Amino acid sequence: MKAYLLYKNRDFNPQQPLPLNEYDLIHDLELNTLFNAMSMGDDFLFDVSKQVILSGSNDLEVIRYRQDILKDCLKNPSVIREIYQIPMESIEKKRKGWLGIFTYSPDGVLYSALGMMQMFVELLRKLKKIADDHGEKFESEGLTAFFKMIQEELDDDYFAIVEYHLKHLKFQDGVLISAKLGAGNEGTGYILRSPNSKKGNWFKRVFSSRSPVYSFNINGRDEAGIRALSDLRDRGINLVANALAQSADHIDSFLNMLRPELAFYIGCLNLYDKINQMGNPITFPFPEKAKERRHSFRGLYDVCLALTMNQNIVGNDVNADHKNLVIITGANQGGKSTFLRSIGLAQLMMQSGMYVPAEKFHANLCEGVFTHYKRKEDVSMKSGKLDEELGRMSAIVELISSNSLMLFNESFTATNEREGSEIARQITSALIDRHVKVFFVTHMYEFAHAFFDKRMKDAIFLQAERKAGGRRTFKLIEGEPSQTSFGEDVYKEVFVNS
Amino acid sequence: MPFESILFNMTNEIINQEYIDAPKFFVDLNLDQVIDHITASKQEYNLKTFYFSPLNDIDAIHYRQEIFRDLENHLLLENIKTFAEKMVLVHRHLNILSKLHYRFHQEGWFLEAAVEYCDAVICLASNLSSTNLSSHGFKEFCEYINQYTQSIQFKSLMTETKSLNTDLSLIQYSVIIKNLWVRVRKYEDEIDYSKKVEETFEKFKQGGVKNYKVDLRLTSGMNHVEAQILDCVVKLFPETFKELDQFCVKYDGFLDEKICGFDREIQFYVAYLEFISSIKKSGVKFCYPKITTQKKEIHSFEAFDIALANEIVSEDSTIICNDFYLKGKERIIVVSGPNQGGKTTFARMFGQLHYLASLGCPVPGRAARLFLYDQMFTHFEKEEDIRSLRGKLKDDLVRIHSVLNQATPNSIIIINEILTSTALKDAVFLSKQIMDKIIHLDSLCVCVSFIDELSTLSEKTVSMMSTIVPENPALRTFKIIRKPADGLSYAICIAEKHHLTYNLIKERIVK
Repeated sequence: MKAYLLYKNRDFNPQQPLPLNEYDLIHDLELNTLFNAMSMGDDFLFDVSKQVILSGSNDLEVIRYRQDILKDCLKNPSVIREIYQIPMESIEKKRKGWLGIFTYSPDGVLYSALGMMQMFVELLRKLKKIADDHGEKFESEGLTAFFKMIQEELDDDYFAIVEYHLKHLKFQDGVLISAKLGAGNEGTGYILRSPNSKKGNWFKRVFSSRSPVYSFNINGRDEAGIRALSDLRDRGINLVANALAQSADHIDSFLNMLRPELAFYIGCLNLYDKINQMGNPITFPFPEKAKERRHSFRGLYDVCLALTMNQNIVGNDVNADHKNLVIITGANQGGKSTFLRSIGLAQLMMQSGMYVPAEKFHANLCEGVFTHYKRKEDVSMKSGKLDEELGRMSAIVELISSNSLMLFNESFTATNEREGSEIARQITSALIDRHVKVFFVTHMYEFAHAFFDKRMKDAIFLQAERKAGGRRTFKLIEGEPSQTSFGEDVYKEVFVNS
Repeated sequence: MPFESILFNMTNEIINQEYIDAPKFFVDLNLDQVIDHITASKQEYNLKTFYFSPLNDIDAIHYRQEIFRDLENHLLLENIKTFAEKMVLVHRHLNILSKLHYRFHQEGWFLEAAVEYCDAVICLASNLSSTNLSSHGFKEFCEYINQYTQSIQFKSLMTETKSLNTDLSLIQYSVIIKNLWVRVRKYEDEIDYSKKVEETFEKFKQGGVKNYKVDLRLTSGMNHVEAQILDCVVKLFPETFKELDQFCVKYDGFLDEKICGFDREIQFYVAYLEFISSIKKSGVKFCYPKITTQKKEIHSFEAFDIALANEIVSEDSTIICNDFYLKGKERIIVVSGPNQGGKTTFARMFGQLHYLASLGCPVPGRAARLFLYDQMFTHFEKEEDIRSLRGKLKDDLVRIHSVLNQATPNSIIIINEILTSTALKDAVFLSKQIMDKIIHLDSLCVCVSFIDELSTLSEKTVSMMSTIVPENPALRTFKIIRKPADGLSYAICIAEKHHLTYNLIKERIVK
């Protein structure tokens, strides 16, 4: 029995390794702000949100599958939250009752498996009731299948069979085990035997048999002996105990697996509530295949900035369809970094199956999102700065593949502008040639203009808008890269105006 | 000469020393990976010490090379492997005897050891006799084992072992446990109940789950309850166990010391040959190097990095071979050129060849003449650890200084990309100072450096370069060839060091 709420045909693996550039993504895109809003202080929700968002899918079907489920969840939030309580209850009960499968001995396995089964039966009945009461309200493929599976698999017969076997596995008449002498004259090939005579007491039959029988008793105070005897008995019941424990384990893992499968949607519900309160829009994005080049949107805003400032934020409208290279130049503090972050965030959210923070969003999927940001805190090591930047870039090249999305923020500025431009040019050209989509925020005029002069069809140049007199709108507009970043404006702001 | 050891000829017994720890340069040359791989499946022989102990005598190296040549006979090698597998069991069984408390339990394992031992020795002796052997080592051993198997002592051990073992394996019995009451009787064909129960529960299975079968053998051995049960079994079949008693008294201490010594030492060869045979499958060659002790005119053709080859073999890609030679006064190979071109690999290869040769092993390549060095030193940059750069320059210099203090004219020094963490000007100055010292010392040296001036410092230096096909830079050749260094600017050097030029990035990103 599988929930399959994140993938149509397979389980979600919460331990799946995160992309190797996890740290950079979290740091550069300020993802922890997003995860915190989704988890509301719950560590588990935090981890799952992080896992799902960082290991997004590049399969259109998977994304649409999740989008549909999420739409269902937004319509019926209370039912989803109620189901989420069931695995929580299982965890709570196991903890309070010290339940679990103890693997020290087969006897222990058998006994604890019986205990687990009792507890599970109760929870499964509860789950069944939710499915019976609310199942019909759901429309998405994933949740429809989920409720149907519960109703079919957890029918009355299932419960009856479980309880029948639990009664008959206590071996109150003792056990009969056959063996051979193996290497070292050690008993081997222990097999639990069913007595030959089905009628009457089989112990009597043993006595009446003609073959000689040698017997002994273990003294009631001989603890080692009692333990040894129970070990021997265990050898006989090992396989039976195994079968029962595996059955119990299945139900346990089924309930356990519900938790991460649902947690992502719970996180999305939490975030939705917050965004709603602030009066910001969300929209379900239209993803295209990774090899397409789409990037057009209206009102795309940086959700992390919105969450931090807890207010409505101005979004950007851009049409970068059929573009491989987007170079953003212009005024300092003009919203370039915020824009770049909103691109990265929207991409990750879209590929995890979430809604995105925009009025409208249309983009191709990518194989991976990579960020290369200037690291301001490393300035102390001047001689090694370029080395450090290039080292990080090299690590990215190691991981990146065609149809990935690469976000540069003021990269390769650790050297003079000429050298930096040349390095940036070579790196950017190579990436584009390998079909990596590049967004480059820079104030290196030489670099930006070199690409502008090429008149490439697949490149677009954006600038932070600067109204006359230096007023910034925090909006980006299309246009030729400007030669200055208007640092003077900022200088004035700081030195003259204050 | 009577047989003593398959690893050491007796004339050199005293010179040869066994080391417990790997030489310092092992990690840099990736020899640690190689030796780990070679010895991984043979932990119980404790072979690493042999691989950690280079020979410093030409005759001792030849003694091993001869044995390696004999083992090229596939059939002989297989026979040795079979022998080894059986001896593993013999030792395992005998080793547990002292830990056992019950008579019939001990006797059982003793018998089991004897069964394996007889089989192992007889097979090996007969196989060796029918093999054409050339090495001194093998010939002497063959003679020895034949004498041994003909001895009366060994023959009677074998006969009695067999008959007793057959009798015991036919015994079958049943145990009935109810509370603290245990009964034992002969087995009466009852059906398997576990299977019945398993079938009943099968429908609950959903897929892969944890295995709850407890591994009981590990926790057992034989306790007093099992011993009591065995006593009951003894009563059910008294004759057989009486014979077992007598057997154990008669054959106490049946192992032969030299056979056991051979069993361990021959694994040095087997392990190495197993290792290189998988590499040979990709078409590359191994050869027995000529060893020189006087002249430093060395060469090697179609050699390769054995550690890299081992990794590549599993990926089914091509192993790149390289040649080198030094003649006259030449001592130092300076390797420069584009990155990702196999420079480090070349440097490693140089060290590996010399080390493996000094173990008496066949080395990668079609033909080779190599120098019998006294000590080997390596200095490798700790790659791609950006955070450790602080204080690295000083650390580098301290390490180099200590190498130069210990090295002699007969030493080999391998330096890979040092001083990359400092400014170019400093790096040039410091590198030249270091190279001057090595030139003066007259040691053999390989130095990988982006500072191409180093290759023209003296008549003792030779320039070799990594190469790229100009028409198609995406094609990596990994070829290192002798040619003058052509300099590239420092800026590109840094980008290149990180493999971040236009061409290199395009190579690195998978389409």
